[in-house]
Amino acid sequence: MVNKSALAIDVTDLHVRRGKHPVLHGLSVSVPRGVVVGLLGPSGCGKTTLLRTIVGVQVVQSGTVTVLGREAGSAALRHRVGYVTQDASVYDDLTVRQNLQYFRAVLGAPRSDVDRVLALTDLTTQAGQLVGSLSGGQRSRVSLAGALLGSPDLLVLDEPTVGLDPLLRVELWTLFHQLSASGTSLLVSSHVMDEASRCDRLLLMRDGEILADDTPAGLLASTGTLDTEGAFLALIARNPLAGPGDGGDS
Amino acid sequence: MNPQRTLATAGRVLSQVRHDPRTIVLLLVVPSLLIGLLAWIFSDTPVFAMIGPGMIALFPFIVMFLVTSITTLRERRTGTLERLLSMPLGKGDLILGYTLAFGLLAVAQSAVAVGFAVWVCGLEISGSVWLLLAVAVADAVLGTTLGLLASAFARTEFQVVQFMPALVFPQILLGGIFLPRDQLPDVLRAISDWLPLSHAIDALQAVATDSQDAAYVGGELLIIGAWIVGAVVLGSVTLRRRTP
Repeated sequence: MVNKSALAIDVTDLHVRRGKHPVLHGLSVSVPRGVVVGLLGPSGCGKTTLLRTIVGVQVVQSGTVTVLGREAGSAALRHRVGYVTQDASVYDDLTVRQNLQYFRAVLGAPRSDVDRVLALTDLTTQAGQLVGSLSGGQRSRVSLAGALLGSPDLLVLDEPTVGLDPLLRVELWTLFHQLSASGTSLLVSSHVMDEASRCDRLLLMRDGEILADDTPAGLLASTGTLDTEGAFLALIARNPLAGPGDGGDS
Repeated sequence: MNPQRTLATAGRVLSQVRHDPRTIVLLLVVPSLLIGLLAWIFSDTPVFAMIGPGMIALFPFIVMFLVTSITTLRERRTGTLERLLSMPLGKGDLILGYTLAFGLLAVAQSAVAVGFAVWVCGLEISGSVWLLLAVAVADAVLGTTLGLLASAFARTEFQVVQFMPALVFPQILLGGIFLPRDQLPDVLRAISDWLPLSHAIDALQAVATDSQDAAYVGGELLIIGAWIVGAVVLGSVTLRRRTP
């Protein structure tokens, strides 16, 4: 049995519907502290719903979700969990700095934090520009910078590297590992399987269920495959769908 | 709730508006242009003197309702609201921050509209111009808070625009501009007694003609204020951290 205090996230028997569709049906999973955990799976498999639940903005039918030892969404966690939504959730009609200054004020983080996260996300030279005038990759970095304010203990990132060029993706993954080295826990979702090798641990998800929870190397060894994509396909072949699948990743 | 977060939210909304100069110009100029048009249409009749005060209530009310409901809906749709509600921002901080920011804009807008109506269009005000301005501002703030509340019930831009005719037009029709309220059928009259815009128009007409004392106008202001508080409270209650 894993020591519960070593867990960043502990989900037990989680049921969530979005609209009429059951998205998560009895999902249980745990995420250890201080490592980068990748949540991988095809679009529509329920990744976003699981992340929304962990952050505490999703209505839940049943099940328990414990984050950093507290019930997900409780007031004490709002300072300690940083959340980046799939689409950049920033104000297009404010400058990069104004966006971050507002989020900083809401979090009550020190003023110097704005310059720190600007440097971390390599946005210092764009600080005075309107976010609406930035490229898509720069916008999503502003969104990420907002989540780094106040140095949260857990970062929940929903497809943070989607639409980014390869160089930038490498830089972001380097940043994620720097953060985890300094004690931050990260849960990063992606539907790009080749990002899997960059994670310390992997959660493979399909149709609202966790197919595998392992290290990248362990996953390849247990499936006898050479890459994560092959491992995922092997796991699907091993676990055929019980019924007609439906899900939502909206 | 926390004053620092409320003020930060108000400041953020005002910075957003500041980056959009065309909106500022439209906000400040459009009500005055419409009042000017009305004065021109009725230039050789006594009609403008009768309906002019009501118009000062009407245009800022409508404009602020639309601007506020669309801005807050945009916040819901772009994911920034979801982000803010996962952060330690109180629901009241958000609603009050918006009310403060748009309330300040409403003060500026009402001042321009009252000044234009009185000094350019020659609207006769027998009572205090300051009292007229106070009622006009209360009315624009009422538009802001009702807009905030309406946006809570809209999921799309199309819906929120439909709330304008649904929530605002009946108040205009029953408010006493088309037909004095005491000549309305009894049932409609009783309904109009409960609508906030009726009281705003009554108060403005009372100031314009100096037909009632300050206590009457103060009472009407209190009714408008109660609606404002009610809309703010209801807006905070209907805001949900968790969404389906």
